Amino acid sequence: MSELDIVGPQLAILLAAGAVLVWDALLPTQRKALPYIALAGILGAAIWTSTWVIRGDFQTAFDGTFAIDQYAVFFQYVFAGITAIVVIASIDWVDRVGRRQSEYFALVLTASAGLMFLAGARDLITIFLALELSSIPQYILAGWGKDQRSSEAGMKYLLLGAIASALLLYGMALLYGFAGSTLLTDISAAISEHGADNRSLLVVASVLLIAGFGFKMAVVPFQMWVPDVYQGAPTPVAAFLSVGSKAAAFAVVMRLFFEGLGEQFLSNDWAMIFAVIAAVSMTLGNVFAIVQRDIKRMLGYSSIAQAGNFMIGLAAISILGEQFVQGASGVLLFVAAYAFTNLGAFIAVIGISQRIGSDDIADYAGMWRRAPLLALALAICLISLAGIPPTAGFWAKLYVFNAGIQADLVWLVIIGVLNSVISAYYYLAVVRQMFLGEADEEKRLAVSPTVGVALGVATVGVIVFGIIPTPLVDAAREAAAIFAVS
Amino acid sequence: MLLTLLVFLPAFAGLLILLLPAERAGYSRWLALLGSLVALAISIGMFFDFQTGGGFQFVDRASWIDVGSFEIQYFLAVDGLSMPLVVLTTFLTAAAVLVSFSIEHRPRAYFACLMVLSTAVLGVFTAMDFLLFFLFWELELFPMYLLISVWGSGRREYSAMKFVLYTVAGSAFMLVAILALAFSAGTFDMEVLGTSTITTAVLPLGWVFLFLFIGFAVKLPIVPLHTWLPDAHSDAPTAVSVMLAGVLLKMGGYAIIRTCVTILPDQANDYGIWLAAIGSISVLYGAFVTFRQTDVKRLIAYSSVSHMGLVLLGIGALGTTAMVGAAYQMLAHGLITGMLFVVVGLMYERTHTREIGRLGGLARQMPLIATGLVFAGFASVGLPSLAGFIAEITVFLGAFQKHEWAVIMAIFGVVLSAGYILWTLQRVVFGPVRHEWDEADDQKHWWEHASVIGLAALVILLGVYPSLIMDMLDPAIGVVSARVAG
Repeated sequence: MSELDIVGPQLAILLAAGAVLVWDALLPTQRKALPYIALAGILGAAIWTSTWVIRGDFQTAFDGTFAIDQYAVFFQYVFAGITAIVVIASIDWVDRVGRRQSEYFALVLTASAGLMFLAGARDLITIFLALELSSIPQYILAGWGKDQRSSEAGMKYLLLGAIASALLLYGMALLYGFAGSTLLTDISAAISEHGADNRSLLVVASVLLIAGFGFKMAVVPFQMWVPDVYQGAPTPVAAFLSVGSKAAAFAVVMRLFFEGLGEQFLSNDWAMIFAVIAAVSMTLGNVFAIVQRDIKRMLGYSSIAQAGNFMIGLAAISILGEQFVQGASGVLLFVAAYAFTNLGAFIAVIGISQRIGSDDIADYAGMWRRAPLLALALAICLISLAGIPPTAGFWAKLYVFNAGIQADLVWLVIIGVLNSVISAYYYLAVVRQMFLGEADEEKRLAVSPTVGVALGVATVGVIVFGIIPTPLVDAAREAAAIFAVS
Repeated sequence: MLLTLLVFLPAFAGLLILLLPAERAGYSRWLALLGSLVALAISIGMFFDFQTGGGFQFVDRASWIDVGSFEIQYFLAVDGLSMPLVVLTTFLTAAAVLVSFSIEHRPRAYFACLMVLSTAVLGVFTAMDFLLFFLFWELELFPMYLLISVWGSGRREYSAMKFVLYTVAGSAFMLVAILALAFSAGTFDMEVLGTSTITTAVLPLGWVFLFLFIGFAVKLPIVPLHTWLPDAHSDAPTAVSVMLAGVLLKMGGYAIIRTCVTILPDQANDYGIWLAAIGSISVLYGAFVTFRQTDVKRLIAYSSVSHMGLVLLGIGALGTTAMVGAAYQMLAHGLITGMLFVVVGLMYERTHTREIGRLGGLARQMPLIATGLVFAGFASVGLPSLAGFIAEITVFLGAFQKHEWAVIMAIFGVVLSAGYILWTLQRVVFGPVRHEWDEADDQKHWWEHASVIGLAALVILLGVYPSLIMDMLDPAIGVVSARVAG
């Protein structure tokens, strides 16, 4: 029973997924209730997670393959928040599509459960299974739309995802072959014992793992799928992909590399790889984002650049001690801040694009007059993405840059800061278009209440944590601290 | 609390203005005037309450973000250097509000932006936590961008964007330097940074100095980073030009003294000669380019480059007298150039042209405005008994021993400036009368002349009673130059 207790949050969500399907089968006329069942499941998961925080007695289960600790708890909250916002934001859209509603919510919930498993996984097999549990529903969801673009997005995502999984498995197999165990703690012990003799093998394994997860994190050079999939997939799904799978990939990469491959001689190597990927991702993502006219493609490229920003934090932790916590907690802070900011931006896009039937940035002109609240919320989210105060995005960026400086990665931080300038240009170009542009028509847009609620939650979070960042920073530091002691 | 009240009062007034209902938009100017006058009264009260030589005063300090090694305070204070600049800011804000009293286009948003701009600048002059300083520094961009791009003329969007990109690129370097400094000193507290000796940082300290300097030099501006200034000035509305020339440029000079020189005195010693050289090149270059200008506002903008070069020359000499002269020049230039822009704005309102070639003989048709222009022109030339003269002579006296050649070059530039100002006055105010402007109404509204008279009075006051300010500047600058001297 105690082991089921540990995976309680995930079970709650999976239960809700089942309940959604059954409800639809038994009461097909009462479809309106489906999203609320899903939300109830998410709420249950969050409450269950909170009991762990209150109990404060963190432990592992299933022979050490799965842990509930501050780190897992942090991400479980983030994923619960993401899923809840996505579900709320989907209500309106799903209603309009009008078919297979229960399957949609069930898939979102299943993917979310997979993400939550990832947060606590401490074993290669568990990691892989959790990753697939979250990925496969996402492949289906990406192809959910009725048009050809969406099918193309789903297919593209599936094929490239399969390749990434293969790379990942190969890397894991190498690690297993070396350590004789799939447990991260065993791998770490094996490396500190005779890792130095097998350094090239370990580096190859690290590179394969980075490639596999790089696909999920959407960093250069594993980013080709991003703009097409974001553009083609239904917008709520794109929102989910852009934050959920990215956050999960970072969660598991940190766990895997710090706990499993944290040995100093190795961490210097992979930290360097991360630094280079970070620099390239930021630069290419931003440069391509500038020329985009479709707002979803723009957000796609910007999410590549943002992943590069997180990675500064990953690169900054080859040094142990206080700096280590700085870097790791910087990534966590950034992931959390980015998740809600980017969700907010996508939801605002859902709200606007649905009404005007276009994703063209040019059609956002004068949106301030037509839908003031949507425009304001989108502006706040974009400002946060650009890392301009007083928003959560600013503190995240500042914190990560600070970690970079402390880890002697001044060159990377300079690239990062200059990239912030580039990104400010295209983010603010949208803001300018909305506030200063002249609209073709002055008709007010109706905003559905559900989109409003989801957007309100995300935007208020962005602002509140922009003015009082301390609780979020503290939580991130606590979560990251678990690596420092091990 | 007084300082906090002063800094946020304008922004609060701006908020109230935004909340005005549309049919009461006409009240916005009165609210803005009220807010700026109260702020002016508070700052004057503080000015006379200020203990000369008493270090930092009116301290408002609270811990804001405190996690691990990352501690950011809310810390406002003024010393002898910033106190006069604070009064200058509140005074010019009031003048800017009066100048824009007749604005018709979206007055609520306009005055709100102006008020927020005032808060941002006051924040820069009073923030004593380096990060808080940076936040205020960035905050100033938003209202400026909007003010130029919405209420400007000509290529206003281009100019506004150019202004923002230049500043943001500069502050990117500034942020890196701030983080590097804060990491090596373990604090963002500028008072602590300004008294402790920093010997190492993750970056070579020369770089830190340079990065900070680049961020501030863009604002000052120096040649060759000045090209945004003429564009911004020529396309900005009058009040914004007043604020830009009057106080925004001063942020650069103030910050160089407050941070570069005070925190890194050894590097200041190493690079002082370069600062002086850049300063006198700016003086000369600005003066030469002025001759080729046909637009009155661009002409004043280039003369600003020239005059702000003197500030840098004074700072580069690093002695008490020279730096006091630099600070005095900032105040004098703020008042004089502010006045020039006000008068030119009044002239433009009546003639709708700023082409020097189309103007002439205005002394007949608009005697009052012409008088103002002649007065401001003479002040700008450096006529004895007016503020500019005191400032220039102090800079030259202080800097001559240290950088003989730079001073000689700069004096040549000042002579040139006398030439171009007088030549312009001759073409615009005197010369043959153009009957085109016969109908022009010299005295349209009381508020237009109120600001001119107020500015002129201060220019005279600072010209005949310099010790009012000098006594305040002297001890504050003395602390800085003592640090530099070792």
